[in-house]
Amino acid sequence: MELFDLTIHELHERLKKKELSSVEATRAMLARIEAVDPQVNAYITVTPEEALAAAEAADRRIAAGDIAPLTGIPIGLKDIFVTKGIRTTCASRILGNFVPPYDGTAVAKLKEAGAVIVGKLNQDEFAMGSSGESSAFGATKNPWNLECIPGGSSSGSAAAIAARTATATLGTDTGGSIRQPASHCGCVGLRPTYGRVSRYGVIAYASSLDQVGPLTRDVTDCALMLGAVAGHDPMDSTSIDTPVPDYTKALTGDVKGLKLGLPKEYYIEGLDPDVKRALDEAIETYRGLGAEFVDISLPHTDYAVATYYLIATAEASSNLARYEGVRFGHRAEGAANLIDMFRKTRAEGFGAEVKRRIMLGTYALSSGYYDAYYLKAQKVRTLIMQDFLKAFEKVDAILTPVAPTPAFRIGEKTSDPLQMYLSDIFTIPVNLAGTCGISVPAGMSGSGLPIGLQLIGRPFGEETILRAAHAFEQATAWHQRKAQL
Amino acid sequence: MKITKAEVDAVALLARLELTPEETETFTGQMDAILAYVEKLNELDTSGIIPTSHAVPVENAFRADAVRPSIGVENALANAPDRVEGFFRVPKVIE
Repeated sequence: MELFDLTIHELHERLKKKELSSVEATRAMLARIEAVDPQVNAYITVTPEEALAAAEAADRRIAAGDIAPLTGIPIGLKDIFVTKGIRTTCASRILGNFVPPYDGTAVAKLKEAGAVIVGKLNQDEFAMGSSGESSAFGATKNPWNLECIPGGSSSGSAAAIAARTATATLGTDTGGSIRQPASHCGCVGLRPTYGRVSRYGVIAYASSLDQVGPLTRDVTDCALMLGAVAGHDPMDSTSIDTPVPDYTKALTGDVKGLKLGLPKEYYIEGLDPDVKRALDEAIETYRGLGAEFVDISLPHTDYAVATYYLIATAEASSNLARYEGVRFGHRAEGAANLIDMFRKTRAEGFGAEVKRRIMLGTYALSSGYYDAYYLKAQKVRTLIMQDFLKAFEKVDAILTPVAPTPAFRIGEKTSDPLQMYLSDIFTIPVNLAGTCGISVPAGMSGSGLPIGLQLIGRPFGEETILRAAHAFEQATAWHQRKAQL
Repeated sequence: MKITKAEVDAVALLARLELTPEETETFTGQMDAILAYVEKLNELDTSGIIPTSHAVPVENAFRADAVRPSIGVENALANAPDRVEGFFRVPKVIE
C-alpha cells in the first residue's frame, strides 16, 4: 500500500501515532498527481505551495496534541467551490481568471478541521452534464478505462478517488452529479438531504436541487467527511438547523430487520445485464445480513427526467444571468453597447451544454409558457415527492441501481442531449424529493468497469443509509479494488 | 414543430446570448426534441396539486440586523474586467 492508497481513517491513525507526517502524506499525493493526472485530467488547478503550507500547519497542530479526523488529510475540491485566493473556474471560460475573495462555508469548515486542500477538480461546466465531457478544460477520463467517461458532473471528484490522486473529495449533486460518477468510478458518493450542508460559496446551478457531498474510498470516510461539512449556516438561508450527529456511530454493521424497498419502476426491462446482476447479488448479500425486502412503487418515476430538465434549466437560466462581463470573469472585446457586450461575452464564455440549458430554461419561464412548462413541472414534482413519502411509511431505505449502464465511451452521447439526460433517470428523483442517497461499489461489468448500488433514505436519514452501505461494504470486497494506472 | 428558429432567436435575445446561425439551427432541433419529450407531463392530471418550489418547508430566515465586516471596495473590484476609480466600467448604456 502506498500513502496515496490509504483512506482518511487509515491516514488518521498513522498521523495520530506520529508514524507519519501530513507533509509526507501531502508530498506523496502531489507526486501521485504529477505522475498520473496527465492521463486522467481530474484536476484543473493543483496548489502544491498552499497544500504544503497547510500540511506544515497540520503537523504543528498534531504535535500540540490537537488532531481532528481530517487534520493533515489531502483533499480535492470540485472547482465549483469558491476558494479564497485560488482561481475558481466552474470549468467555464466565462469565469476567466476569477480569484474569489472568500472561502465558502464547506471549504472553511474543512480548513478549520485541518484538512489539506491539494487542488481544484474538473467537472462539467457549471455542473451541467452527466459525463465530464462538457468542461472548458477538457474531458476527464475514467481511471478504470481511459476511453470511458468517469460520469458527471463531479467527474474530477470521482476520478481523483479512483486514480488515488486525493484521499477524499467534495462534489455537488443536482441530479445525480455525486452518485453517478461515484458509481462509474468505483467509489462511495453521498448526496445529503437538501439543507444538510451549506451552499454558501458554492457556485449555483439549480438552487432548489443543488447539494454538497463527499466522494470517498469507503463508507467510514464518507461519514467523517459529512460530519465535517454538515450543519446550519446563517449565510445559507436554506440550510436547516438540526443537530449534526456523529455519523461514524451509525456504522454498526447491523442491518437485521432493516426494511429495504425495491421500487418496481427501477427494475425495468432494458436495465444493463451487468447492472442487474450486481443488484441481484446485492439483494442476496443483504438478505444474508438479515435485511428484509419490501416491493414498493414510485409511480411517477417515469416523469422525473422531464420534470428535472424544466425545473433545473429554469433555475439555471436565472442563476447564470450574473455572468455578464461586468464584475468578474471574461468580457468580450469590441461590443457596440452594453446589451451587445452581454450577448458577446456570454456567447464566447459559455459552452454548448450551458447555452442549451439557459435557452431551455429561459423558454420555460417566458411569458405564455410559464404555466405549461415550469408550473406544470413544479406540480409533478409534488407528486414525485409524495411517492417517496408514501414509500417511507413502509420501508427504512430504498435500494436501486445508480445508473442504467456502466460508464459509456467518451463521445458516445455528446451529439444527443436527450439520451445523455436519460442516463440520470435513477438519480434525479432523489433531488426532486430533496432527500438523501448514497452510491456504494457493488460489482464490476464484464468489461472491467465498476457498478454502484444506490440506497435512498428519508429526509435527514443519512445515518440509516450510511449504516446500510457500511454493512454491505463490510460483507463485500468491491471497494478494495483499484484501477490500474 | 414545438419551436421555430425565429422563436429560438427571440429566446436568445431574452437570455442575452448571441447565437451563430449554426447554433440557432442546432438548438432549434434539439430544443424541439426535448420539448416534445417533456410533453409527457401532460399525461398527468395535476389539477388541485400544489406546486413545489422547495423540497423542504422554508420560511423567511431572519438574522440580526447587525453591522459586520464586508469584503471592501478593493476586493469587490479586484476581478473586474474594466474599472475606473472605485467603479466597474461598462460600454455606453444610453445612446
